Amino acid sequence: MLFDFANVLVFLLVSCVFVGGALLVGSLIRPKAPNPDKATVYECGERPIGKAWFNFNPRFYLLALVFILFDVEIALTYPVAAVFRSWNEEGNGTVALIELLLFLLILLVGLAFVWGKGNLSFNRKIDEPEVKG
Amino acid sequence: MRQLADALLVTLLGVDPATWPYAWVVYGAVMLASAALAMTFVALFAGPVTVVERRVAGRMMSRIGPNRVGPQGVIQWLADGLKCFLKEDLIPDAADRPLFRLAPYLVFGGMFGTFVVLPFGAHLVAADLNVGVLYLFAISSIVVVGILAAGWSSNSKWGLFGAFRSAAQIISYEVPSALSALTVVLFAGTLSLQGIIREQGGMPWDWFVVRTPFTFAAFFLFFTSALAEGNRTPFDLPEAESELVAGYHTEYSGMRFLFFLFAEWANLWIMSAVATACFLGGWNIPGVSPATIDSATGLSFWGLQLLSFIVFAAKTSALVFIVIQLRWTLPRLRIDQLLEMCWKYLVPLSFACLLGVMIWAWGVTVGSLVDLGMRLVMTCVGAGIAFHYARRVRFNYMADRDNYLKMTGKELWYPPYRLP
Repeated sequence: MLFDFANVLVFLLVSCVFVGGALLVGSLIRPKAPNPDKATVYECGERPIGKAWFNFNPRFYLLALVFILFDVEIALTYPVAAVFRSWNEEGNGTVALIELLLFLLILLVGLAFVWGKGNLSFNRKIDEPEVKG
Repeated sequence: MRQLADALLVTLLGVDPATWPYAWVVYGAVMLASAALAMTFVALFAGPVTVVERRVAGRMMSRIGPNRVGPQGVIQWLADGLKCFLKEDLIPDAADRPLFRLAPYLVFGGMFGTFVVLPFGAHLVAADLNVGVLYLFAISSIVVVGILAAGWSSNSKWGLFGAFRSAAQIISYEVPSALSALTVVLFAGTLSLQGIIREQGGMPWDWFVVRTPFTFAAFFLFFTSALAEGNRTPFDLPEAESELVAGYHTEYSGMRFLFFLFAEWANLWIMSAVATACFLGGWNIPGVSPATIDSATGLSFWGLQLLSFIVFAAKTSALVFIVIQLRWTLPRLRIDQLLEMCWKYLVPLSFACLLGVMIWAWGVTVGSLVDLGMRLVMTCVGAGIAFHYARRVRFNYMADRDNYLKMTGKELWYPPYRLP
């Protein structure tokens, strides 16, 4: 177990060393001629207007919220799915099946709710209220 | 790799790995070696596959594609890499410098981390984690953080749009891809990728993809969502050149830019390899059971390892090739269509697949008549689809060749057996 997860650490370290090393070696040989024009942000050749750090479409936020629910659900379902087969072989399959079905049913109701609220559609009319009811 | 390290200790040094105090030094060296090997593999895959893709693109668009650097352009990728290496590294004044510098590490680390569990052959895997599939989804999510960091820190509007789109797309499509991979876990009863592969067999009717109609559908769902997670066409909105310049890496140049592309191309292998491992039988050699490979010794052991690697690489490369062909066949979706397709079609469908597989795994015993009959039927369906695909590709090739002959009066510039 320790060996396995130490391996993960080593892989991540190696990837960081690879990226850092390539950038370091590159910095020794690549040209460096900064000038103010090069250091501007690209905006199709025009001078950039204002910053890009502005408020953004809140729909992405709703999407992230829905995603978190489903991701947690997936993280919780994976262990059950992993033992489902051995439970089935021991004759306890029905219990596991009903539990999984109940769990997924609650989530499906949630999905239907979000869908019905219209939070899954990306295009909405401007005068339509953000949250119905 | 653990067994390999232990065997190394016993045979070369003649010590017992459990009691020898310096065993971890050797383990560390073995880990470093496997990481270096994996890195070499990634580099040697991600480079040449760019040339393959550009040649395929050229072929499909009735042009030639890069063919100047080396015979048939085979070392074009080295020239491209060297060029990026020698380019000046620009960071905009307005950018958030620490985040800007951090982003390539996150993207590259998230990509490379998956290679810990990705198998290359029967025993050729860095570490067979017992949470393999979950780990895959977890580590590849780091890429989202990197992409958001890259887009946000650039302080560029293109970068910001690209990053938001990309993050929304990757997290949305993670739901159907994780759900459809869950169907396989239900059958295999384990999360370890090697365990999932061992549960399948070498022959096509032993693969999970043809076990039930639900896994068959789940394979296509997984493949579609993997395409979207890898930002491949028809889901390549984040960097849609014609609308967003280059998306989240608009402000990156030189080597930093190269790492984003590197991760993207390597991702091609990752998604195909995961699909192969979960659904298409992985490295299983037809006619050779995993137990035979385990019990083999000496030269035949290594021969079988090599053979299993070849089988795995062949299946994965076929999928990679299909992904490349898809890129130059399908038009791009719009962002609202993309997200609605995920949440309104793929998620409910993958839920349906999951429910179907659960009931199947509960009700049908492996080896029963229903099981075998369904496998037979689904194998025929799968073979039919594969045959149809191959026929369409051949038809297009022939039509193009005839066209060329008619237009120019000359044979096409290269014979069919060459790289397309």
